[in-house]
Amino acid sequence: MDNKVIKVRNLVKRFGKFVANDNLTFDVHEGEIFGFLGANGAGKTTAIRILSGLLEPTSGEVIVAGFNAGRESEQIKKNIGYMCQKFSLYEDLTVKENITLYGGIYGLKTSVIRNRIHELLEKLHFREYENRLISALPLGLRQKLAFSVAVLHEPKIVFLDEPTGGVDPITRRQFWEMIYETAAKGITVFVTTHYMDEAEYCDRISIMSEGKIVALDTPENLKKQFNAGTVEEVFIKIARPNISPIHNS
Amino acid sequence: MKRFLGFVKKEFLHIFRDYRTLFILFGIPAAQILIFGYAVSTEIKNAGVAILDLSHDEITLKLTDKIISSGFFKRTENLLDYNDIDRVFRKGKTKAVIIFEKGFGKKLVSEGNAALSIIADGSEPNTATLVTNYTLAIVNDFSTELAGPGNPNSIRIKPEVTMFYNPNLKSHFMFVPGVITLILILICALMTSVTIAREKEFGTMEVLLVSPLRPIQIIIGKVMPYFFLSFINVLLILGLSWLVFGLPVKGSLVLLLGESMLYILMSLTLGIFISTVSDTMQQAIFISLIGLMLPTILLSGFIFPIENMPEIYDYISMILPPRYFISIIKNIMIKGTGIMFIWKETLILILMTLFFIGISVRKFKIRLE
Repeated sequence: MDNKVIKVRNLVKRFGKFVANDNLTFDVHEGEIFGFLGANGAGKTTAIRILSGLLEPTSGEVIVAGFNAGRESEQIKKNIGYMCQKFSLYEDLTVKENITLYGGIYGLKTSVIRNRIHELLEKLHFREYENRLISALPLGLRQKLAFSVAVLHEPKIVFLDEPTGGVDPITRRQFWEMIYETAAKGITVFVTTHYMDEAEYCDRISIMSEGKIVALDTPENLKKQFNAGTVEEVFIKIARPNISPIHNS
Repeated sequence: MKRFLGFVKKEFLHIFRDYRTLFILFGIPAAQILIFGYAVSTEIKNAGVAILDLSHDEITLKLTDKIISSGFFKRTENLLDYNDIDRVFRKGKTKAVIIFEKGFGKKLVSEGNAALSIIADGSEPNTATLVTNYTLAIVNDFSTELAGPGNPNSIRIKPEVTMFYNPNLKSHFMFVPGVITLILILICALMTSVTIAREKEFGTMEVLLVSPLRPIQIIIGKVMPYFFLSFINVLLILGLSWLVFGLPVKGSLVLLLGESMLYILMSLTLGIFISTVSDTMQQAIFISLIGLMLPTILLSGFIFPIENMPEIYDYISMILPPRYFISIIKNIMIKGTGIMFIWKETLILILMTLFFIGISVRKFKIRLE
């Protein structure tokens, strides 16, 4: 258990008769970039919501950052960051106000928040945007900022639910550089995506289909195992009967 | 606590950044009061009056002359007997009939008092009140003049005011309680439900729920600014109606403000409840407007008296919180009664508040599940 920050055993989540997560079992290690792939509706978002304490599992054991996801979700919330599919900053607030808000919600001291804002804006070359409304920023900048805000309180784990949807390739690359930096600091990154090229950047990936994990290994091993040149080919081979290739968003 | 305060600050920023929200919050109440103010004009000019002079002496002619020449009134007809009153009102041009009793002048000189009746068309309550008040003022003026400077009380004309069609005519200030009731429930319920639905729609609610903020903190944080702003609104409406119409609060102002807070709280919890059943801002707006505005205007006694409604509507209006608040606020503002007369209504509002809190908390949990 020592360096496993996420431990999932036989996780089942049902919504009425529909089984969204069917007996998931996996571990995520500290400082790892863990990719969570699957077609739309495969159950990724449900899983990520359970891990982040938004939903309770129907059955099974889920330990996140040392806490039980069913019973101790309040403790989990203090130790994780979260960035969701939809944009998570307030468009009618300025950059600084958004950062201050989230810093405050996560209980950071005002002086700490001030320093972080400073660091962050320097790093992102954002200085001149400090007092701009989010709605005035280009999408790429917003996404980078949203990510920075999600790790502002230096959580143990950060969950990214399709963070790069609709972002241009250059920004996506920069975004992944930020992810690497974060992981290098020891923060575990749990990311869902359906860009298959992004899957190549992950330390390990799991592929979900119809609520089940059908493959889980490093990208290299998976490619060997399925005799494929890219993760995309792996994905298509696994998911085939139901799903056509995905390039989308 | 600091978490929470930061969150509340954000809510205030949302409100102050969005001009539409600000407009709805403060523009609409002010506009309502002023629109009603103009509709309920406090001035009359050339209002039609008919005279039924059963005495026909010097004094009655003089008084009639004074009334007609005041500029506020215009004589429509001279009536000959009581049976004409109904007919002249039906024609619609006449707003009031002034009746001098038989031997008016003689009585006034010999006994020092005489009776004058004013019958006003109560189907237009506002005009009726104004017309009678103006007439009364002129009559008063006349009797002091007649008595001379020495002994102003020696002559007394006893005016007797009756309303035709609407004998229970209450004050024309009725609309202020109605406007407060309508505005508060609309703003509180609409704004709260929209602001929560907005977070759901934009996905920021998820981020908040994942954060260490507890759901209850999120809810309270979201409604708190509206609580304060709505309270300011009450003060604004009361202030405006006092400045523009000279409407006083007869009863206890503290009690009135306390009851207003209760009603605001009730409306906010209703808003939270609406937000738990709507996923988008549009749904929230729709439910609030159709579900609250129309019933409040039509059934709460704001415009149409509940006593005159068919029984079925009476029962329907019993589930409407505005009905009770209108009754409370009318009692305090116009009749000047205290808590003894409105404890039932107050209790009902408290129970409704608890009810909405109860279901909202349950619903909110279910949604998280």
